[in-house]
Amino acid sequence: MDNSKIAHHISENFNKELEDIRNKVLTMGGLVEEQIEQAVKALTTGDMELAELVIKQDNDVDDLEMEIDAECTQIIALRQPAAFDLRLLLVVLRVINELERIGDLAERIAKMAIYLSNNSEGRLDQYHELEHMAGLVKAMLHSSLDSFARMSIDGITRITGSDAQVDREYASIIRQLITQMMEDPRNITRMLDMLWTVRALERIGDHSRYICEHLIYMVKGEDVRHLTQAELEKKMTSV
Amino acid sequence: MSTPEPRSHSFDASSILRNAHGNNDPVEPCIKVENLNLFYGKKQALHNVNMEMPKKKVTAYIGPSGCGKSTLLRCINRMNDLVDNVTIEGRILLHDDNIYDKSVNVAALRRRIGMVFQKPNPFPKSIFENVTYGLRIQGINDKRILEETVETSLRGAALWDEVKDRLNDNALGLSGGQQQRLVIARAIAIAPEVLLLDEPASALDPISTLKIEELINELKEKYTIVIVTHNMQQAARVSDYTAFMYMGELIEMGATSQLFTKPTKKQTEDYITGRYG
Repeated sequence: MDNSKIAHHISENFNKELEDIRNKVLTMGGLVEEQIEQAVKALTTGDMELAELVIKQDNDVDDLEMEIDAECTQIIALRQPAAFDLRLLLVVLRVINELERIGDLAERIAKMAIYLSNNSEGRLDQYHELEHMAGLVKAMLHSSLDSFARMSIDGITRITGSDAQVDREYASIIRQLITQMMEDPRNITRMLDMLWTVRALERIGDHSRYICEHLIYMVKGEDVRHLTQAELEKKMTSV
Repeated sequence: MSTPEPRSHSFDASSILRNAHGNNDPVEPCIKVENLNLFYGKKQALHNVNMEMPKKKVTAYIGPSGCGKSTLLRCINRMNDLVDNVTIEGRILLHDDNIYDKSVNVAALRRRIGMVFQKPNPFPKSIFENVTYGLRIQGINDKRILEETVETSLRGAALWDEVKDRLNDNALGLSGGQQQRLVIARAIAIAPEVLLLDEPASALDPISTLKIEELINELKEKYTIVIVTHNMQQAARVSDYTAFMYMGELIEMGATSQLFTKPTKKQTEDYITGRYG
């Protein structure tokens, strides 16, 4: 793994502290990825134990968030970081916030898995599309964490670009759900539950995109939040 | 002496300000350094430095020991004239007048450009006498003018309230932080345009340091200030512009807010983040 961006401080300890923070963020990211994977699996297979595990795992994610938060605060107070180091720490604080939110969304999917498994007869039609969409957002999150690990934003616009595809999948599933609601109003409760689940996945895509935006700030010092994909791509060719 | 290759970059303060604030506020340069080379004997200490320091703003010089920042600062009021074997090439303009012009009266120049050093150096006289010293050598002895100047200068240096009841006490009885503010009061008593501060707080405790920093912030309303500091956080706190120097060259100059969050040169980044290059 390339450490050049956080290494080479005169203070060896500072290198270690930053390295430690990076590793913890990646651990947290790994946990969250696992949560999404297992939550979706629990939903589509009706595995209640797995769903319980996801809910339990959210505590670990929350603990890591607070731990990393405290370490960043310590470093800012004691070392007064500047330039890349400062941007790195600010971005870590934002990224762990996104990860924590993603963890909560995975937890919501797991809770829905338990609920649906208790209240529905058999497999829903939309699971196939939902699994496909989950695959897309997992890939987005994985690539953004990979960029963070490499401290590089090469190809970052490809990751943010997949958010549009996630949104299309989302819209398509919503259309199907609405159709089924219209076909038989008795479906409405279940369809609404499904809707929350799909919505959670869509939000995970958004948070993954935000992580990419934070990484661009970390590497380039450019704040690219609130830009459209086209504006972002244009900006990335100019900086 | 051979002319060195032009290695440094020039910095136009007005474009920096526009970049920093995203507007077109005109900024008036007070001091311009043009193609400045300085040699101590054969050793070149400054390499083709070009920069502009805006009027009534604080410009900080940062860089490792021996990078030439104090040398550059001392060039601005010709303190280096006092060093043996110094050769200076290039120009420094104070409002378009070259201060190295033969016709310049150095004593008069130093009245326009005051300087404060790392170690407070009050004269072994009373507080009153310290502040009025500059006026007295100019032949001003009117008691009323002297008293007025003492009060405004000491107020300007944020020292008045602490010493107003003991103006006739010896200045050496003041604390280090008070002495440094007294020296600043002495410098502003003769109403200079520019204040050069060479590590003004490095010998002081943190509270006195904060008082000096606060003072710098107030002084920039009236004076153009150039400060040399080893303390990067101090540079970040007090200055509007920061210049990073390395091995006698000006590497980068920019709005302080930009230089400390997003420097453009790797050498600057390495220095301010505490990395070895």
